[in-house]
Amino acid sequence: MTTAHAEAAGTLPHEPEKATLEGRNKVLAFWLFLGGESVLFGTLFATFLALRNQTNEGPSANELFHLPLVAAATFLLLVSSLTSVFAIQAMHRNKPALLRNWLLITVFLGLGFLGLEIYEFSEYIRHEKFGMTTSAFSSAFYTLVGFHGAHVAFGILWISVLIGQLARKGLTVITAPKVYVSAMYWHFIDVVWVFIFTVVYLLGKVG
Amino acid sequence: MAQAAQSLNPSPPLRHGHSVKRHTGLMDWITTVDHKKIAILYLWAGGLFFGIGGLEAILIRIQLIKPMNTFLDAQTFNELITMHGTTMIFLGVMPVIFALMNAVIPLQIGARDVAFPFLNSLGFWTFLFGGILLNLSWIMGGAPDAGWTAYTPLSTIQYSGTHGVDFYTIGLQIAGLGTLIGGINFLATIITMRAPGMSFMRMPMFVWASFITSAIILFAFPAITVGLVLLTFDRILGANFFETSSGGNPVLWQHIFWIFGHPEVYILILPAFGIISEVIPTFARKRLFGYSSMVFATILIAFLGFMVWAHHMFTTGLGPVANALFSVSTMLIAVPTGIKIFNWLFTMWGGQVRFTSPNLFAVGFIPTFTMGGVTGVMLASAPADFQFHDTYFVVAHFHYVIVGGLVSGLFAGLHYWWPKMFGRMLSERLGKWTFWTFIIGFHLTFFVQHFLGLMGMQRRVFTYLPNQQFDLLNLVSTIGAGLMGVGMLIFLTNIFLTSRKPADAADDPWGDGRTLEWTISSPPPEYNFKQTPLVRGLDAFWKEKTSGHTAMTPAEPVGPIHMPSATILPFLMSVGIFIAGFGFMFSRDDFGNAFMSFMFNNYLVTAIGLLITFGSMLVRSLYDDHGWHIEPEELEGR
Repeated sequence: MTTAHAEAAGTLPHEPEKATLEGRNKVLAFWLFLGGESVLFGTLFATFLALRNQTNEGPSANELFHLPLVAAATFLLLVSSLTSVFAIQAMHRNKPALLRNWLLITVFLGLGFLGLEIYEFSEYIRHEKFGMTTSAFSSAFYTLVGFHGAHVAFGILWISVLIGQLARKGLTVITAPKVYVSAMYWHFIDVVWVFIFTVVYLLGKVG
Repeated sequence: MAQAAQSLNPSPPLRHGHSVKRHTGLMDWITTVDHKKIAILYLWAGGLFFGIGGLEAILIRIQLIKPMNTFLDAQTFNELITMHGTTMIFLGVMPVIFALMNAVIPLQIGARDVAFPFLNSLGFWTFLFGGILLNLSWIMGGAPDAGWTAYTPLSTIQYSGTHGVDFYTIGLQIAGLGTLIGGINFLATIITMRAPGMSFMRMPMFVWASFITSAIILFAFPAITVGLVLLTFDRILGANFFETSSGGNPVLWQHIFWIFGHPEVYILILPAFGIISEVIPTFARKRLFGYSSMVFATILIAFLGFMVWAHHMFTTGLGPVANALFSVSTMLIAVPTGIKIFNWLFTMWGGQVRFTSPNLFAVGFIPTFTMGGVTGVMLASAPADFQFHDTYFVVAHFHYVIVGGLVSGLFAGLHYWWPKMFGRMLSERLGKWTFWTFIIGFHLTFFVQHFLGLMGMQRRVFTYLPNQQFDLLNLVSTIGAGLMGVGMLIFLTNIFLTSRKPADAADDPWGDGRTLEWTISSPPPEYNFKQTPLVRGLDAFWKEKTSGHTAMTPAEPVGPIHMPSATILPFLMSVGIFIAGFGFMFSRDDFGNAFMSFMFNNYLVTAIGLLITFGSMLVRSLYDDHGWHIEPEELEGR
């Protein structure tokens, strides 16, 4: 039950994210938060499923989606989840330089995903006349996928800030829970994307 | 422990491992992260909104005092009923629930604070700014007027063209954020911060109720977050979620609203169940009858609460199968609730019952809430509901469970824990006056509304024609509302007079305290427990008393206590969200002023607000709070 303050100066324990009560609280509360996030995305998915065929004479999912582009985005995001696992493994082996490198790769992969998504959205708006106001389907599509995209953007900013903190403060029992929790977040938005890929894109193509 | 705690001076001049800036006055309240002070903030803010909602109710009842009354016009009446419901639920009773949870939970589990003091403060300030935003609608172009449920299409831009509903969606969004943060905080606190020996099945019932409530908050509030986002997007960005002409579906709103909204009513009532389960054993001098069945009944209610939402929508046309399923699941909830009612009765059975003011409210709660439960089962029957739907019968039902149930529970809790929160006993005589005027006024107001509803009087209509047998009952109802108002005034008088008395409440002012909060001084020192207590059973303090001890056995030696630093960041974050909300709400307006239009129409105001919020988050992340220590010498008052 030692405090973060007391351990900050000592050597790093094996699982530094759970070494202090503050760290354990943070990890637990973040699991709870992800439970709430699941309901948030669940509601968005339900909304999308209810409205996905309401195209209002605008483009339908089948006409709109190009699976190769989406597959590339999916690949980037899935790999970024793997690299964030490598980052946490590096953290557990107390290798701050390796940790930083894997986090950097994760951020770059996330940026690549986000770039592809922005390109996709702008294509839809400019060439397909498919905007927020086109149909109930378009509103549901942009809200669901856009919410996820905003989560990715926030995650990129978050992990970038953490990379900076690691450089300045080093890997300690205070910074470790932050890194661990951001990795949990990153996996979560990856899982959400798996569902989006299935429910929005695959089902849109074949359903 | 009692003697030891009293010998402590709660505020000696402090010496610290780290330097710590002590704020005073207003800055102290804005920057505090102490759960006891945040509880008081929640209480005052919730009380303020409760007062506003109560005045709105009085205005509604004055309008309905006689047929064809012209006291209010239809538009004002619509705004009043909308704001009365919204204010009371989200800004009135929920903050008072959070006040009691904040004041009591850390003390009852033997903790020095909540798991996340910073988030605790953030939750309060987002709630407050959300509430302020919502209520600013009164002076900024009209309040929301689509009912507290904001059903589409009534709440869409087409039928509700003012900014009223925008204030509703954005205000509730911000306030809801605070509630969600609070829920997660209490879950984590109860899981990880319990004193040694306090297993889950030794937790006081109020802690259990708050734990389950927080879990419901966690899984219910994100649904309304999404619902409000969708409605906001429809209204401000021109999306089509609820626009039938573009393929949208207005019933979708009802589903999303009630999949949150029904669990919400259990978020409201379970803490009241918890309070009653503390007050009744204390004043019966008996342990709670059927403790474990109480725990499991609470869990069962929470679980079932998520699968009954469509009973609000029987008349929407979901079909007989859906209606039958939701009827049955709704009626099932009567079983665990009935278990609770009987457990309270059996707790009093054979006890040495003392009718103090908290216990009066608790005992008054039982029959009143049961009546609300009975009409609930009546409403659960889908065919009958086709008759009851949207009549005063429904109004009577939910006021019986929320006012007769929850508000009675809150009164019981406030009278019970007031000495612990403020160090002063409320006047028992005035407390009993509050009870009698309140409960008689309550039944006068709402009992007759059952019959008004059965006779066909529609809710949410601003007046009615004479000679439909509505006249007398409405007059009675309005008189009752006035009497409830008198009860509230007596309560406020009680608070005022008590605040002028010396703060001399004993550690265990009721003499029969069973739980850990009564082992420390009233009000507790900022670190709560000088030594974390060792818990040896359910009703930890009572167990020590019956073993002949006067104090808890400490679980640790006296040592330095680590405290979190005060911070203004939660306040700034909430200000940022508040500004961003305003900016987004007015992003489509023409201000007739080039600068204002430029700032709002380009989302610059929104951006500034978000910058403040995210900037504060960044500062919080970059600069670690090392906190500070209270050293053992200070604890001993040396």
